[in-house]
Amino acid sequence: MLLQRHGSSAKCMSSRHSRQSLMSSRRGSLSVTRSQKKQIMMWEALREAIDEEMEKDPTVCVMGEDVGHYGGSYKVTFGLYKKYGDMRVLDTPICENGFMGMGIGAAMTGLRPIVEGMNMGFLLLAFNQISNNCGMLHYTSGGQYKTPVVIRGPGGVGRQLGAEHSQRLESYFQSIPGVQLVACSTVANSKALLKSAIRSENPIIFFEHVLLYNIKGDAGGPDVYQSLESAELVREGTDVSIFTYSRMRYVVMQAAQELEKKGYNPEVIDLISLKPFDMDTISKSVRKTRRVIIVEECMKTGGIGASLSAVINESLFNDLDHEVVRLSSQDVPTAYAYELEAATIVQPSQVVEAVERVVGSKLAYV
Amino acid sequence: MLSSKGALFSKRPGNVTSKSHMWGGAKVSSDSRSVFRCQAVVPAVKPNASAPAVTPEVAKDLYYDMVLGREFEDMCAQMYYRGKMFGFVHLYCGQEAVSSGIIRALESRDYACSTYRDHVHALSKGVPAREVMAELFGKKTGCCRGQGGSMHMFSAKNNFLGGYAFIGEGIPIGLGAAFQSKYKCDVLGEGNDYAVTASFFGDGTCNVGQFYECLNMASLYKLPHIFVVENNKWAIGMSHARATSSSSGDQDPLIYRKGPAFGMPGVLVDGMDVLKVREVALEAIARARSGGGPTLIECETYRFRGHSLADPDELRSKDEKAAYAARDPIPQLKQYMLETSMATESDIKDIERRVMEVVDDSVKFADESPKPERGQLLENVFPDPRGFGIADGGRYRYELPGFSSGTAAVS
Repeated sequence: MLLQRHGSSAKCMSSRHSRQSLMSSRRGSLSVTRSQKKQIMMWEALREAIDEEMEKDPTVCVMGEDVGHYGGSYKVTFGLYKKYGDMRVLDTPICENGFMGMGIGAAMTGLRPIVEGMNMGFLLLAFNQISNNCGMLHYTSGGQYKTPVVIRGPGGVGRQLGAEHSQRLESYFQSIPGVQLVACSTVANSKALLKSAIRSENPIIFFEHVLLYNIKGDAGGPDVYQSLESAELVREGTDVSIFTYSRMRYVVMQAAQELEKKGYNPEVIDLISLKPFDMDTISKSVRKTRRVIIVEECMKTGGIGASLSAVINESLFNDLDHEVVRLSSQDVPTAYAYELEAATIVQPSQVVEAVERVVGSKLAYV
Repeated sequence: MLSSKGALFSKRPGNVTSKSHMWGGAKVSSDSRSVFRCQAVVPAVKPNASAPAVTPEVAKDLYYDMVLGREFEDMCAQMYYRGKMFGFVHLYCGQEAVSSGIIRALESRDYACSTYRDHVHALSKGVPAREVMAELFGKKTGCCRGQGGSMHMFSAKNNFLGGYAFIGEGIPIGLGAAFQSKYKCDVLGEGNDYAVTASFFGDGTCNVGQFYECLNMASLYKLPHIFVVENNKWAIGMSHARATSSSSGDQDPLIYRKGPAFGMPGVLVDGMDVLKVREVALEAIARARSGGGPTLIECETYRFRGHSLADPDELRSKDEKAAYAARDPIPQLKQYMLETSMATESDIKDIERRVMEVVDDSVKFADESPKPERGQLLENVFPDPRGFGIADGGRYRYELPGFSSGTAAVS
């Protein structure tokens, strides 16, 4: 399972700067307040989260491939083994189903493991344990055992990583009863959410994105936590509600910049909680704008957007002036070639076009 | 047990190895790459040994436990055919020596992890018969509130880590408990030795990837874990010989030989002889507890009934069944206790009577117990019910009316 390491993907991004690079525009569209504090990268923020929680609670431990001596393939556990030892930062052999189950058994008997999938896609091999034991065991045991694990790792489409390293597992995991799915997107929310996930009694599947580890921003202190069930309002607006998550937040915000110039006023909400949906935030937004676009990176079929669209149709039908529009990845394996990869996932221009279509021409409102 | 009692060690059916007491030598040398050899050893109890292998108390406890297992399972069959329990029910009759031999040697702080054939493992670990029977009847007084059923018996207070429907998926769980024991002692500094975990599974499971992943990790991390293979020769209708290749140059597919291949002792024991199983268990437990790492124990045993109550059991030969019926562990132990004067006929009748009382009581309890209410539907999905999320209007769903009555919409 050779994986393009964090270092090389960072180089990759800067060398493609001349192409339509979302990274540069992403920095521009980040609503980061100009603070005097030194900004950190997301991988550092995630690392701080794990470090702080491990320090607070000696039952918190990490398990995964290359999390220890190697420091994590995206540096999220860099150097932690020196501080906490080889048992608390456990380098596992390559056996996802085995070590996932081991983490779950350890959680049942009193520990709080953070189990890393080196790439979320590898967790397909751990599906048995995630579905049957992680998700269902609290119920089948009649509430006797709980599994407070955090299952985390990088997923999503990177830079030409090929089909198998570009998977979005949130759509596969969403039907598992008994788990929560959380997707972080900014430096601040990645740290606060991961801390909350580690503290949660529920099993949390925590989605990070391969291309977001190097984004910079401000992170909160050791006592800053964030609700795992609440969505984030990214941009307040009136024309249309755009629901998104993970890296697509930046794609949407890039589109929002262009839309502003054209006189549109989209409301952008980052779902954060892919399961369960924050129906309070979502409903308020839909009632205000009466139009919904979902922008996601997972496949259209059976994706997070499919579930969200169904829920909105069922519970907010009379509040809609337009059918719910989903912008999702094509139902194709992610090709290696750059052009085909770009055509598989949602681009900012598609978001702009969708808003124009859903909201209608703005000339009449000017 | 005693090798001079020829009748107990009569001819074995064709596909059973004649080497029924082979040890994978427990040589733990100082060299980190220990070589584990398999060598034959004499039976634990020499024919004219003055000291018995067990005390009368232990022997009676083992007898009680085996009879409880047998009578409980036979009662399950009756109850199933009377329509008191449904679905897949896998009975353990014939294999009692393994459960009693291993689990009764564990301490209460030790863990046991099982498969779908878990009723008797649960009973041996101390789960009250009432709770198991009520669970089978789907009542709310069952050990899992009626939510688990036959294949998912859990008991946190007895450190019984569960029954699992998919074979192999319980072994990593058991390994996780062993990891936790070692972590508790080595990292958290609690206690002087390790709580031990015994995971039970069958011959069919020995071809599942998770088994091998766990053998490797158990050895690698030197976890206090015991792998107990209940080789009853059949995985539903697949005989062990048809499903598993022989390895290590052997003629037959011997599972215990995979232990040394993964860096731990492997031992094959007569799983119809509870005292032999216990002897092997005590050694493996001592090894695990003191930090010597895991052991793989292969118990040669047999299930007298079909794979489940739905299995017509047409593939196994009458001769094979008869040969194992002649090695029934319960009469074996009874005879041993009488011959060594560990128990009198009256003691034994007393034990059997007590067992019947417990089993009959468990049925009565289960029958009279109430069924789960609708309100139970949503209660144990999440330990933290905020996991159901925030509803339109701002309240968490678990705060909505209807949640505790199981009628709230949660998605």
